[in-house]
This record gives sequence, structure tokens and C-alpha cells, in this order.
Amino acid sequence: MDNWASPASSLWPSSETAHAHSVDILFFGLLASSLCVLVLLFFLLLRFAIHYREGNARADRDHRIKKSWQLETAWTAATFVAFLGLFVWGARLYLNLSGPPANAEIIYIVAKQWMWKVQHLGGQREINELHIPINRPVRLIMSSEDVIHSFFVPEFRVKHDVLPGTSEEIWFNARKAGVFHLFCAEYCGTDHSRMLGRIVAMREPEFEQWLGHQDTTGTMGAQGKALFIRLGCSGCHGGNGTVRAPVLDGLYGKRVPLSDGTFRIVDERYLRDSILKPRAEIAAGYEPLMPSYEGKISEDEIVKIVAYLKSLGGKDTQP
Amino acid sequence: MRQQHDVAQLGMWVFLATEVLFFGGLILSYCVYRSAYPAAFAEAARHTKIIIGAANTAVLLTSSFLVAWAVAIVKLRQSRFAAVLLWGAGVLGVIFLVLKGIEYGMEYDEHLLPGLDFFYPGEQARAVGLFFSFYIVATGLHAIHVAVGIVVLGVIGARARQRAYSDAYHSPVTVAGLYWHFVDMVWIFLFALIYLPGRSG
Amino acid sequence: MSAPRNYLTEDNRLRSWFFTTDHKRVAVLYFASITLFFFIGGAAATLIRLELINPQGHLVTSDVYNRLFTLHGVIMVWFFLIPSIPNTIGNFIVPLMIGARDLAFPRLNLASWYLFMAGGLTTLYAMFAGGVDTGWTFYTPFSTMYSNGYVVLAVTGVFIAGFSSILTGLNFIVTIHRLRVPGLTWYRLPLFLWSLYATSVILVLATPVLAMTLLLVALDRAFGIGIFDPARGGDPLLFQHLFWFYSHPAVYIMILPGMGVVSELIAVYSRKEVFGYKFVAWSAIAIAGVGFFVWGHHMFVSGQSPFAGLVFSFMSFIVAVPSAIKVFNWTATMHKGWIRYDAPMLYALGFIGLFTMGGLTGLFLACLAYDVYVTDTYFVVAHFHYIMVGGMVTAYFGGLHYWWPKITGRLYPEYWARAAAILIFFGFNMTFFPQFILGIEGMPRRYHVYPPEFQVWHVLSSAGASILAVAYALPLFYLGWSLFFGARAGANPWQATGLEWQTTSPPPKHNFEGTPIVKRKPYDFTVKGKARAQNA
Repeated sequence: MDNWASPASSLWPSSETAHAHSVDILFFGLLASSLCVLVLLFFLLLRFAIHYREGNARADRDHRIKKSWQLETAWTAATFVAFLGLFVWGARLYLNLSGPPANAEIIYIVAKQWMWKVQHLGGQREINELHIPINRPVRLIMSSEDVIHSFFVPEFRVKHDVLPGTSEEIWFNARKAGVFHLFCAEYCGTDHSRMLGRIVAMREPEFEQWLGHQDTTGTMGAQGKALFIRLGCSGCHGGNGTVRAPVLDGLYGKRVPLSDGTFRIVDERYLRDSILKPRAEIAAGYEPLMPSYEGKISEDEIVKIVAYLKSLGGKDTQP
Repeated sequence: MRQQHDVAQLGMWVFLATEVLFFGGLILSYCVYRSAYPAAFAEAARHTKIIIGAANTAVLLTSSFLVAWAVAIVKLRQSRFAAVLLWGAGVLGVIFLVLKGIEYGMEYDEHLLPGLDFFYPGEQARAVGLFFSFYIVATGLHAIHVAVGIVVLGVIGARARQRAYSDAYHSPVTVAGLYWHFVDMVWIFLFALIYLPGRSG
Repeated sequence: MSAPRNYLTEDNRLRSWFFTTDHKRVAVLYFASITLFFFIGGAAATLIRLELINPQGHLVTSDVYNRLFTLHGVIMVWFFLIPSIPNTIGNFIVPLMIGARDLAFPRLNLASWYLFMAGGLTTLYAMFAGGVDTGWTFYTPFSTMYSNGYVVLAVTGVFIAGFSSILTGLNFIVTIHRLRVPGLTWYRLPLFLWSLYATSVILVLATPVLAMTLLLVALDRAFGIGIFDPARGGDPLLFQHLFWFYSHPAVYIMILPGMGVVSELIAVYSRKEVFGYKFVAWSAIAIAGVGFFVWGHHMFVSGQSPFAGLVFSFMSFIVAVPSAIKVFNWTATMHKGWIRYDAPMLYALGFIGLFTMGGLTGLFLACLAYDVYVTDTYFVVAHFHYIMVGGMVTAYFGGLHYWWPKITGRLYPEYWARAAAILIFFGFNMTFFPQFILGIEGMPRRYHVYPPEFQVWHVLSSAGASILAVAYALPLFYLGWSLFFGARAGANPWQATGLEWQTTSPPPKHNFEGTPIVKRKPYDFTVKGKARAQNA
């Protein structure tokens, strides 16, 4: 249970990425604005409660203002402007989280009750530990085998839910080596509070060395290719089947037309849905013949096949 | 009396607002899945019994007409005739339920009702199952509302026969009428969403 | 000296209580019920705080712990907070405040209590027969497919209690629209009624969506229809949208009545009309309206689109503006007033302080990038306890003390009441402020065991909880004592202006002798602080 190192924390976890540092500054901005309001308010409440108490008959109660639309407008406008500022600040920082850089190291995460399974593209596997390089963006593609979990790294100030049946992404760029907490942050059953992990950030050379030392049964792409054949995909998509099926080489990242006239970008979601719900989006010019693999393929197998398909070339692929 | 009439009417309108939100949540969920699985929902909708559905629509519309007539006529102090109209509407409501029951029976035999021995050949089984889940929940809830309405019409009709209502006091009839019209309206929406997809062209 | 004939002494047979249509007796029935539920939910909280003293937990297993926090949330939200002010103080005071003899639909009012009890007993049975371990939020697919608790029974209990909410809201809306006495225009209504009206709109429009959501969860779990199961084409996120579409407005159900009470208390105990009456009145309506458009702020990290996140974050900042307006106006009311420190005023001041702290932390959560860090941590737990407990429960106690003489005909012991109010304030802060720190330190919520570096804050929090427990028990004793031994109250012990104070304490069954005619606006105090009753 107690399987990670406790950082020497002051009042809160160290900020280990540029994003985390920005979030801390945002926190101080929020704190400062809140304290301004709170101090002003408490001061006024205390002052009025004491100076205008019933026992103090000498306080000046003449010339009362009954109502004042000027005052109302002023404090409403001030509040609104302050809120607008905070909204924009938070929104801009948040939008940074949506765009992982192109050169990110991709790692697959599969969550299940009550552990984190990690798969590197080279086939290296980990349980409840995630080794990452520093000073290079890391992009996690996450899915769940069962219920909703949530991947939370306090030191990176990032969190994202991990869902069954679909993949979600999170990215970060650690700035220095160290060991950081991984928590599950979405209640998921009995051992939710024991679903802990360690993020092990290493300098590039040590990371490569670590990768090289792991036992693998082939890269994710190679394992995916084996599954592609074993599960019968190559029978239609292999190029010499009797059934006419879309060519998958170079497909990843392309914009493809569908039979209903709309277009889709071939991304992680499209590939996953094509395997599980093939009739939902039918490629233009093809018959809806592909059987669904829903219930016949595990989450681990899906991520491997998707990794293999990505390796077949196309835009924005990794070997 | 005027104030009591206003109070009762406002109360019924507020209650109908809650019903709109209740069915609305369900219809929203239906729309979400229909946009996710358009082909499957269209295919599933073709398995609904449109003849029975259309007949039921006609039945309910007619019953609403009778109720509206009853509300008007009660203000003209023809309370006993209003009773006939209200009971007529109630009988039509019973016919609606009977037809619905026959329809459910047919669908049960065809293994189309999820949770009750559902089986559907082919790839679209899961989405078709979702469609029929909505079908049974929505029409089942609607049928419960119709049943309650039949009882209400029966009771109000009985009191109308005893000349309890007149131009001075008719709010129970108006209020019951509002409820029945609402139940009818919900059916129109359900009919369009359940029976009509996949049947045009 | 015995009391004159009033609604309490009218008829003493048990039957007259359980078949009553008198809104005042229905209110008393609700008082008893919600007090029971408060202590059951509080017992769960006590066990939770005892368990969390230790990082590894020694008192209960994880499965029991998960059932405890679920029980605490379900009971406190649906069987204490939501009915608290509306069904107790509201039921009692609303007809009196508008000069009416009863609510628009007295029998529906009684029906709502029976539905509440039926729902409550069903849920309690589910909790004690084996419990539910999903959290009060029942997220799918855990609740529909993986939980091995009494999920269907628990959601059925909440479903039944929902009808009680709907009937109450319906009754209040129609009553406030149609049963006001002559001269009582909308802008002469006490602000408590504006707040209850706004609350009632939410009760009526939001609760049915919860009903449908829970129905679908029960059907999914019982018949496996797969509406929320990805393996069968369903979408677990649809549950979250449907659930929060109700549950966010629900939190406004759990604060607006408190704000209404505070408006009354600040006016009376400053002997001055509420500053910016129209702004305070319409801000309640604004909160109710805008509150329907912010639900996605519970889902910023759920997988909903970033664009949706932007919209919901923006709307969440907007909805905070009317609350700020209220706080500024209450403060301005006290300026040049004649401030008294009676217990209800201490509660009102406590509300303003604690609600403001809770509300400001809501800004942290509305702020997208910061929410990503602190959502699903103790920061959120602290935030909502500051608002719901520091705010609403404090206001409930303030209102309870303020209207106690009217409801019971007795005065409560003032010094005990002040002591309890102050103890509650300190106990509350000691319990929940450390939880903000836990949140910014990264401790997730709903954790049975936790890393040892979080322990110091948990110990502080549990110590505070022990003080809070004593503080909440105190009123039970001295209010109970006052029922038998308290001094008898006159019609208007606080010299307030509302119509409810222009009849005896306790009121007769039919509320007023004759129909009051309203001649002036509420809170009409002279510069010297002398009250002018609304019908004078």
C-alpha cells in the first residue's frame, strides 16, 4: 500500500511541470482576490455590528441611504469584471491541456479495479508504476476495463477521468527527475483508496536504459499485428481477401469520407469505434459487412491493435 | 369559487410542467442515442406496429375531442351530457390500453422487449435493444398516466352525472381536461419518435 | 397560566396529527422527521471522522466505510437539507406571512409528508439491510453493474421522496401566486417568500429529471437494458449529464431558503429595511434561473468537450454574481441600523461569513484549470460543507430560533442559544477548514485509507467534528427544555413587521381573526428602529 516515496512537501506538493507552476500562480491569484473580498467584508460586518449596536445610541443614524442603484451597479459590475478575468485566466491555462505536442512520448494506460496497467510502445509493461522521461512531453492514452476511474498526479496538477468503452488523453512534461504520486480520483469501489501508483520521472539516458532492461513480448505494434492476424482482421483487411474492405496502411490521421456524406479524421476514437461499433460509421463506397468485436476483445487487446494500426504509417504516427 | 378555480388550474399547470421535465429527460436520452445509432434506430423503428400505433393515436385524439367538448358543455349547464362525453373518453382510454397490451404481446412473442427474453439477430442487436428499452419505458410510463387519467375521468364523469358541475363550478372538469390533453400530447411526441423513423421514402 | 386555544391544543388525539391538513401541524411532523434524519446522517459522519483519524483505518472495513459515506450523503441531501427550511419553517410560515388560512392544497401537503416518510423509510431500510456503496452520486457503470449494494432499493426511496419535493414546490408556487391577502403586492412580500418561490421553481422543474434518471438506473440494474453500459452501446457520461442537470439546481434548493431566512433576520436584528430589496428579490430568481445552466462544472475532467467546459465555467462565474449581490446588500442593511446580538442574528452573521468563504472557494472550482487540480479532492468536500452546513444549516438554526416563539409559544433560553451558536461556528471551522488544506495538498475524496502525510489535518478535522457534534446536540436539549419550561411568548417578541407576528404565539388553527389587509412594505422600521407592522 505504502509503495511510493513521500516528497518533502511544505503545504502542498511540489510543482513539477511548467503547467503545475502556472496553476500555482493561478491559485495565488484566486486566493488574493478572495482574501481582498473576505477581509473587506469581515471588516465592514464587524465595524457595523459594533459601531451600530443597539446600545450605542450616539452613532449617527441620520441620512441613511435607502437604496442606491448606483451602488448596486458598481459592485455588480466590479464583481462581474473580476470574475471575467478569473474565467479567462483559468480557461486559457485549461486549453493548454487539450493540445499535446507532436513529439510526445505515447504511453497507454488501462485502468481496472483496483490497479493501473501501463504499456509502453516498445512493449514494456508496468503495474502501478509509470516510468517517464523528463523534458519531453508524455501523452497518456487511457481507457478502463470496468468502471470510471480518474488519473490524478498532484505534482503535475493534472487529472482526467478514465472511462470504459472510450479512450481519454492527458499530457504533461516533467521538468526534473523524481518520484511522484499517482492517485485514483474517481470513486470506483472497495479499494478505490488503495489504487495508488508512482510516477517515476527519469533523465533521458536513464529512461532509455530502463526501457532496454524490461522484458517485453515484442513492441505494442508487434503484439498488435499478431492480434490483427489471430482475430481475423487480416482476412478482409489484409489485401488479398475476397471481401472488399478499406485499406488500413497510412490511414491514421487521414480525413476519410463516410457513407452518409460526412467526414471523419482517423484518430484513436475512430479506430476503437471501428472495431467495436463498425456499423456506426461506414466508410464511403464500402458495404456494412464488418462484424463487431464488442465483447470479444479486451481493453488490452484494443490498445495493442490501435498501436499497430498507427504504426502502419500515415500522419502523426510513431514507430 | 373564482379563486379556487384559479388555484386549481394553476396547480395543474405547474404539475404538467413537472411532467414535461419528466418525459423530457427520457426523450432527451432517446435523442442522444438516436443520433449515435441512426441506422439501428431506424431499423428498430420499422419493427414497431404502426397500424396499432396509428389507431391508438386516433383513439386518443378522439378522446381529447370528447373531453374538450365536455369542458365546454359543462359551462352550459348540460352536466349529464358532459358525463356521457367524459365516460366516452374514458372508454376510448381503455381501448388505447387494450390495443397497447395486444401490441406488447406481439412484441414479446417477437422477442423485442429487453429484459424479457430479448433476442435480435444481426449486428445491430445492441442498439436495437436500446431502442426498445426506450420504447417500453416511455410507452409504459405513458400507459400508467393514461390509466390514472381513466380513473379520474370516471370519477369526474360520475359526479357530472349527479349534476355536481355548472357554469359556476366546473374546475375539476377543466383541470381533469388539462391533464388528459397533456397525456394525449405526450403520445403525439412518442408516436413521432417511436413509430415514424425509418419509414419515410 | 395555561395557553389560550391554539393549533397545538386544538385536538390532542393521535389521529388529529396523522390526518391533519393544518399546514402548521404538517410542519411539526416534518420537524420531527428531519431531526431524526439529521442525527442518523450525523451518526454516519461521526463514524467517518473517527475512522479518518487514522491513515490506515482500524474501525471499519473499506466496504463499510464506502457505505457510510454513501449513507451520509444520501440522507443529508435528500432527507435533511432539501426538505429542511421549506418543509418545516416554510410550511409553517408561508401562509402566515401572506395572511392566508392555509396553503393552496392542504391535503397535498399532508400527502407530501407521507411520501417523504415512505421514501425515507425505504432508503433507511436499504442502508441498514446491507447498504449502498456507490456514493450519493450513483455514478454508472459502477452503480448499475458493479456495486453489490441495495442500489435499486435506495434509488426507489429517493424517487418516492422526490414526489414530496414536487408537491411542496407546487403548493408554494400556487399559494404565493393566488392566496396573498389584499394589499400584499409582489414587492411587499417578505424576501423569505421570494427565496422560497425561487426554490419552488427549482423543486418543480429539476426533481422530475432526477426521477427519470433514477428510474433508468433502477431499470438498467434490474433488467440490464444497458442504457449506461458501454459494452451494450450505452454511455456512462449520459448518466452524469442527467444526474447533474438535477443535482446542480438541487444545491440551490439547499441554499436559497437559507438566504431567505437571513434576509428576514438581518432586517429584524438591524431594525432596518433590507438594502436593495428589489435586487435581493430578483437575485433569488436569477440564481434559480442561471443555476440550470451550470451543471457541467461537475464534469470538467469527465471527458466532456473542452468547449462545453468553457461554457459551463463562464456560466458558473455568472451564477455567483447574484449571490455576491445578496451579501453586499445584507452588509449595507446593517449600516446605520440598531444591531442586536440575539442568537438568530449570530446565526445570520455566521451564515454571511461561512457562506462567503464557501462561495469564494466556488470561484476556485469554477475556474477551469484550477478545478482540474482540485476536483474530486477534499477541496470540493470542504467547499460544499461550507455552503450547505456553514450556510444552510446555520440559517436553518437561525430561522428555527427566530420563529421558535411563534411555532411553540415559548421563548428559548437566550444565553444557551448564543453559546451554541458560537460553539457551532468554531467547531465548524475547525472541522472543515483543514479539509481545504487537504484538498490543495492533493488528497482525493472518498478515501478510506490515505497516505500518512495527510494525517495531521484529518486529526484536526475530527477534533473539530467532536466539538461540532456537541454544539449541534445542545439545541436539542435547551429547545426541548423550553417546550415545557420556557417563558411564554407574546405575539411579537422581536417587534418585527411581518404578518406572522400579528397573530398569537402559537397561532390559532385558522391563523388570523379575520383577514389582514396589508398597507405597507415589509421591514418598515422608523429611524429610531420602531416597527410598523405590514397591516398597521
